[in-house]
Amino acid sequence: MKYVIIGNSAAGIGCVEGIRQIDREGGIAVITAEAHHTYSRPLISYLLKGKTDREKILYRRENFYSDNNCRLLKSTLVSAIEPEEKQVVLSNEEKIPYDKLLVSTGSRAFIPAFEGLSSVKDKFTFMSLDDAIGLEKSLDKYKRVLIVGGGLIGLKCAEGIRDKVAHVTVLDLAERIMSSILDDGGAEIMQRHIECNDISFRLGASIKRFESNSAFLENGDVIEFDILVLAVGVSPNDELLNGIADTDRGIAVNEKSQTTAPGIYAAGDCTKSFDISSGHNKNMALLPNAYMQGECAGINMAGGEKTFDKAIPMNAIGFFGKHIITAGNYSGDVYSEEHPGGYKRIFYGNNRLNGYILIGNIEKAGIYTSLIREQTPLDTIDFELICKQPRLMAFAKDERMSKIGGV
Amino acid sequence: MKKVYVNEKWCLGCRLCEYYCAFAAAGGNDMAKALKGVKPNSRIKIEKHGDISFAVSCRHCKEALCLRGCITGALGVTDGVVAIDHERCVSCYTCVLLCPYGAVSPSPEGPAQKCELCVKTTDGSPACVKGCPNRAIVFEDRGE
Ligand SMILES: Cc1cc2nc3c(=O)[nH]c(=O)nc-3n(C[C@H](O)[C@H](O)[C@H](O)COP(=O)(O)OP(=O)(O)OC[C@H]3O[C@@H](n4cnc5c(N)ncnc54)[C@H](O)[C@@H]3O)c2cc1C
Repeated sequence: MKYVIIGNSAAGIGCVEGIRQIDREGGIAVITAEAHHTYSRPLISYLLKGKTDREKILYRRENFYSDNNCRLLKSTLVSAIEPEEKQVVLSNEEKIPYDKLLVSTGSRAFIPAFEGLSSVKDKFTFMSLDDAIGLEKSLDKYKRVLIVGGGLIGLKCAEGIRDKVAHVTVLDLAERIMSSILDDGGAEIMQRHIECNDISFRLGASIKRFESNSAFLENGDVIEFDILVLAVGVSPNDELLNGIADTDRGIAVNEKSQTTAPGIYAAGDCTKSFDISSGHNKNMALLPNAYMQGECAGINMAGGEKTFDKAIPMNAIGFFGKHIITAGNYSGDVYSEEHPGGYKRIFYGNNRLNGYILIGNIEKAGIYTSLIREQTPLDTIDFELICKQPRLMAFAKDERMSKIGGV
Repeated sequence: MKKVYVNEKWCLGCRLCEYYCAFAAAGGNDMAKALKGVKPNSRIKIEKHGDISFAVSCRHCKEALCLRGCITGALGVTDGVVAIDHERCVSCYTCVLLCPYGAVSPSPEGPAQKCELCVKTTDGSPACVKGCPNRAIVFEDRGE
C-alpha cells in the first residue's frame, strides 16, 4: 500500500499516526510546501513572546519520520491531483503515485481587497513559522503596529509582539473582540484585561484605504503605523480537489474523513465537517479537530474502522495570564455567574448542553465539553450542581462508578 | 495495565490521598511546595457532596483526548502512562478543555499537570494508594 499525505501539520501527522496503528509496512510520503519539520502552528505567537523556541516548537520529535518509516518532502508544492492515474503532480512536474491519498492542506489568511494595500511596505499575515520569522525581523522598540482583525489569531499576535514594539493597535469591524467565541460580556472582560496590558483597540471600525503608513477609516480618522498585520480570517485550501470531489468553501467529508472521490480522504482546516452542537456543517479551524480527523482518516486508509463524528467548536486560549475555555454554540437558556476575575455562561435547551464560556476559573471544563460531545440528556444528571461547578458528582451513581472504576 | 481505581463506598473524604500525591509530585522532600496554596497541589482530587466523596485522577484512557488535542505535542504516552512534558507545555489548557473526567488541571507554576502514576517519582507505585487509610484507592490490572 502506498500512502500520500499532502500537509505536514496536525491533520497530516494525525494521519501518519493513524495509519501506523494499523499498517506498519506501507510506504508513506508526507508532502509540504513549507521548509520545516512539523511544528505547532499555534505556537508562532509564543515563539515571538519567547515562551517557546525553534526546538520546542516542533510538534513531534526530530526522529518522528524515521520512527514512522515515512518520507518527508519539504519545500514541495503539489500543483494538481490526477485521480484517474492515482497520482499527485508536483510543481516541478514530478509525479507521485498513491493508493490512498489524504488532503490536509489547512487554511490560508484571507486578505480583503483594501484599496492601496500594495502601497504598504511592511505588511504580514500571521499563519506560519515563516510569517513569524519575517515579522520578528521587522520588529523594534520604536515601531507602531496595526493589526487588522480582533479574532484569536490577531490577538495572539498582539500578545506575542507587545513587548518588542512601541505600540500595538488592534482594529476590527465587529464591536467586540473574539466575536466567534465570546459573547458581549465575556468580550468586554477580555478587552479590558488586554487593554491593561497596553494594547489599544479600534472596534466597530472600517478601513477605507491604505496609503503607505496610514490607514484611512470610513469615519475620517487616520491611523499611522510602521507595520501592518492582516488577520481578518482564514479560508480553506480546498482548490486541489475542485472538480474532483465536492467542495464548497471547504472539502466535504463524511464521518470516516472520506471525500466524495474514491480513495481520497481529507482532514483538518481544509474541510467542512458536521458540528454536533449546532447541527450544521462548518469549517472548524481548530487543532484538536484537525488531529482527530486526520487520525481517523489514517486508520480508515489503512483498512481499519474509525469514525470521527463528535466535532464541536471549542477553544482553550489565554492572554496575559487570563484563561478562556469555550465550546459548542450559544443558543438556548442561560446560566450565568460573574465574580471578580471570573465569568461563566452555560447555554442549554431541549435537555442538552449546547455550549459554555468560562473565563478565569477553567478547572475541569472538560466535563462540560463531554456533556456537549456525548449529547448527555440533562435529566440524567444533577444539572443544578454541575452548573455551579463541573464535577463527576453530578452523574448518577452507576455512571460515576463506570467513570472512576469503583468495584 | 495497572491503573488507579477508586471505590466511593470506602472513601472517607479525608483528603490524605491529595496530601500524599502533592508530596510525591514535589519530589517527596518538600512539604512546603507540596502544600503551596490553600489546597494541596495534588493531581488526584477529592469530590465531596453531602455524604458522598470519592477521589478522581487520570484514567490513562487508551484513546486519550488530552493527548490527541495537545497543540504542542507536550503530551505523550509511554507503556500506557499518559504524561506531560512540562518543558514543552505552554499552558494553553486545551487538555483541560478536553478531559471528560476533569483530571488534568493547571499547576501553580503554569503547565498542566495530571496523575502520571508516580512513574517519575517515588518508587513507581502510586503514593495516593499507599496513603489511603481505608483502601478506597487501589492499583490494579483490570484488563483495561
Ligand atoms: C497564530 C495561530 C494561532 C492558533 N491558535 C490555535 C489554538 O490556540 N488552538 C487551536 O486549536 N488552534 C489554533 N490555531 C489553528 C490551528 O493552527 C489549525 O487548526 C491547525 O494548524 C490545522 O491543522 P491542519 O493540519 O489542518 O492544517 P495546517 O496547520 O494549516 O497545515 C497545512 C499543511 O499543508 C501544507 N500545504 C498546503 N497546501 C499545499 C500544497 N499545495 N502542496 C504541499 N503542501 C501544502 C502546508 O505546507 C502545511 O504543512 C491557530 C492558528 C494560528 C495561525
